[in-house]
Amino acid sequence: MLTASRLGKRYGEKRVLRGIDLELPRGGFLVVTGSNGAGKTTLLRICAGLAQPTEGTIERSAARAQVGYLGHEPLVYRELTALENLELYGCLYRIPERRERIGMLLERFGLWEARHERVAAYSRGMTQRLALCRVLLHEPELLVLDEPYSALDEAGAGLLDSQLAELRDERTFLLATHDPARVEPLASGALALAT
Amino acid sequence: MGRLRSIPLPALAVSSLVLVTTALAFVFFVAPNDANQGFSQRIFYFHVSLAFTAYACFIGGAWNAFRYLWKRDPRADLESYVWVHQGLIFGAMVLLTGSIWAKVSWGRWWVWSEDELVLFLVLYLFYCAYFMLRFSVDPGPQRANLSAVYALFGVVLIPVSFAAIRLAKEFLHPRVFTLHGPNFGGWILVTYCVAQAAMLVLAYTLYRLELGGKRLDARLRDLRELVA
Amino acid sequence: MNYVRDVGALVRKDLLLELRARDTLPAMLLFVAAVFVIFHFALPGTPSRLETTGFLWVAILFTALLGLGRAFVPEREQRTFDGLVLAPCDRSAIWLAKSLATLAFLVAAEVVALPLYALFFHPLRGATVAAVLLADLGICGVGTFLGAMAVVTRARDLLLPLLFLPLAMPIVVGAVGASVSASPGRYLGFLALYDLLFAVVCWASFEYVVAE
Repeated sequence: MLTASRLGKRYGEKRVLRGIDLELPRGGFLVVTGSNGAGKTTLLRICAGLAQPTEGTIERSAARAQVGYLGHEPLVYRELTALENLELYGCLYRIPERRERIGMLLERFGLWEARHERVAAYSRGMTQRLALCRVLLHEPELLVLDEPYSALDEAGAGLLDSQLAELRDERTFLLATHDPARVEPLASGALALAT
Repeated sequence: MGRLRSIPLPALAVSSLVLVTTALAFVFFVAPNDANQGFSQRIFYFHVSLAFTAYACFIGGAWNAFRYLWKRDPRADLESYVWVHQGLIFGAMVLLTGSIWAKVSWGRWWVWSEDELVLFLVLYLFYCAYFMLRFSVDPGPQRANLSAVYALFGVVLIPVSFAAIRLAKEFLHPRVFTLHGPNFGGWILVTYCVAQAAMLVLAYTLYRLELGGKRLDARLRDLRELVA
Repeated sequence: MNYVRDVGALVRKDLLLELRARDTLPAMLLFVAAVFVIFHFALPGTPSRLETTGFLWVAILFTALLGLGRAFVPEREQRTFDGLVLAPCDRSAIWLAKSLATLAFLVAAEVVALPLYALFFHPLRGATVAAVLLADLGICGVGTFLGAMAVVTRARDLLLPLLFLPLAMPIVVGAVGASVSASPGRYLGFLALYDLLFAVVCWASFEYVVAE
């Protein structure tokens, strides 16, 4: 699904990634760890297709429509409601019967009651859960998740745990986290980034 | 293109020197005085040849920008930038000689009535903005992409601006070449051609010089990286 | 067609955002009114029709710049640009949708500005109004494109006017020409040509602006 060879990324004079090799087969679950500034976010952005490497190559056998990315930002519009946000992405990702799918996801993540409220009024935890809805909306083959557990309370984290467990066999995962123990049982491989 | 690249820099430098000197000689000693404009005609040889050279530089920049976007040739980004840079240098000379010519012809250092001069000013501002853009983004593929796209906009702007000016006014700029061919003959044409050749060769020499320097900088930086 | 639906969804998003935030359009309206008043004080004596026409176009251009500078603010501040880039839609749809939304705001501002101009200065000809509409297309198309470029730079808001104004020169020539000339048809045709030419260039190259 994803193969990277001698990947490197430089922003101006600052080097963020160097000589990364990565192999993620279909159905795999790769956990990326490293301290802050080690380049986890940059690596995940490159894998999701949001950034181009300055050195090395990356091959991704998933099309844009099959990739789901969760970054540090929830990528939702704060002045729109949850429903409007998901409607927008639902339209852009050409999801069939999107009303049903959106409803189902909002229910699962406990946001159904708040669906007509603007995201600006949400707590951090709720926003993160909405972001998870957005990621899962188009049922992507490849899920690139950058510290998805951050900002989630226990209930939210539990929801995510069950989602990941449910999808584990059907999808491919690339997950960056500060708490690798939590996803240990699901992981098929690990990559540790040094600063 | 490849054959041009293989001409060694010292040979180019010598050719530039020879041609520029010859051009100066022609302009001041060989070309006859124009009945209407006298001395200002001499500035005109340089002004026009510089202008065409500047346009050629901008077009060269756009061509390399296109090559960068189309072929993804990483070297093309630097080449595009250096061409635009040369265009700005020669462009500054165009505005300077244009200003001198205006002073000699009309007694003022700038005239808005000279449409092509005004046009050139607009383009000059455009490419100055190119520089601001380039230096506002960190080096990398994104900067190269943005620069290339903007350089292409520039080359589209050239004919559009020409059309705009032509729409707005009648010809005020004394036409050197009319639709029926040059409206002068003999030595004037020869002098102009020498001046034009000199400017083009000079531009190419400076381009090669700067490109070489920038490539060296990039190589040094890569080596430093490897060692670090 | 999917493309039309994508553009529609994105335009709807932008219009909704402005409706909720309510900051750009009122600012543009207030700005253009204030600028007209400044013009009155900046033009000593009684300005002729020619002079005030010129100032009308300056006002429109700078009001448009105000709006254009705000165009990608939601995407920039909330990093939602990534969300749009990840989507499988054609990247040029992002540009087209944003241009159309900005066009809507600009036209809304002009619905107030043009009568105000007629009130303060001189009545407007039909050709001027036609020129306004054609010029708006070019301003929004090119301006939105450059706005997307400026958003990723360090200089951001500083850069947009610098990038935009040289490209706006032909628009001004065409627009002012149509407003004052005895035969505005040529100028209107030129504006239409400019709009078409740059729309094609923008549409074809937005892909490269978006790639990191």
